[in-house]
Amino acid sequence: MIPLNWYMWLSGIVFCIGIFGFVTRRNIIIMLLSIEIMFNGVNISLVALSHYLEDLAGQVMVFFIIAVAAAEAAIGLALVILLFRNKETITVDDLNELKG
Amino acid sequence: MVNQIFFLYFSAVIVASSLLAITRRNVMHGVLFMLLLFFHIAGLYLFLNAEFISAVQIIVYAGAIMVLFLFVIMLLNLREDFSKKQFIGTWPIGLLVSCGVLMVILVSMVVITIGAKGVWGIEQIGRVTQTVAVGTVLYTKYLFPFEVASLVLLVAIIGAIVLAKKRLN
Repeated sequence: MIPLNWYMWLSGIVFCIGIFGFVTRRNIIIMLLSIEIMFNGVNISLVALSHYLEDLAGQVMVFFIIAVAAAEAAIGLALVILLFRNKETITVDDLNELKG
Repeated sequence: MVNQIFFLYFSAVIVASSLLAITRRNVMHGVLFMLLLFFHIAGLYLFLNAEFISAVQIIVYAGAIMVLFLFVIMLLNLREDFSKKQFIGTWPIGLLVSCGVLMVILVSMVVITIGAKGVWGIEQIGRVTQTVAVGTVLYTKYLFPFEVASLVLLVAIIGAIVLAKKRLN
């Protein structure tokens, strides 16, 4: 039997790899991939807790997270197409009209 | 013992492929490493007696979302851009921030206490099969969130079409 903590540590490591990718890369597709990695880190911990607590609420939450991730990927990739059509780039640093 | 060897294999591949996915310069390679990551996470779910979620992971994540990413990358005809820097200049700060978050998570795992157990033990799930069990919970207790999720997907479809359609004239 594998201890619950192993799953939680794995989930934390995967989540932090996602954070690292999101804050250090400037390619918008890689940034979207980092968000998916973060979602998956959370999903691992939810499924593990659902198994160890003998409650199916965690798996239902994972189901909803996957639905939201699909919606987010569709909108995000539509924005990427829009950016590429208008600006010919997908590097976030080149998009500075708002002067933020 | 065998369980632990398989868990260590899966977790090693998950960590390695997610690191590779965010550090490759070529976006296509990153997406292919993500595909590897999703299949290994689905294998990990099988360990946790979550067959339905494992199948959904492969069908939706690997089958739909990653194919969408591949479609977009191929449609945009992205070339490897060597003139741009791969990481931002202050990437050590990003590493520091993510390591700090990781430390907070790891320390909080040490003091975690498990609450009361629910009713869906492994025998109860085995009696009605796993998909029936998930469906029972999903369509009774979580029916309203389920309807809200369908609304979110509808809005996403309409939004994606409106954003990506070509302007007329």
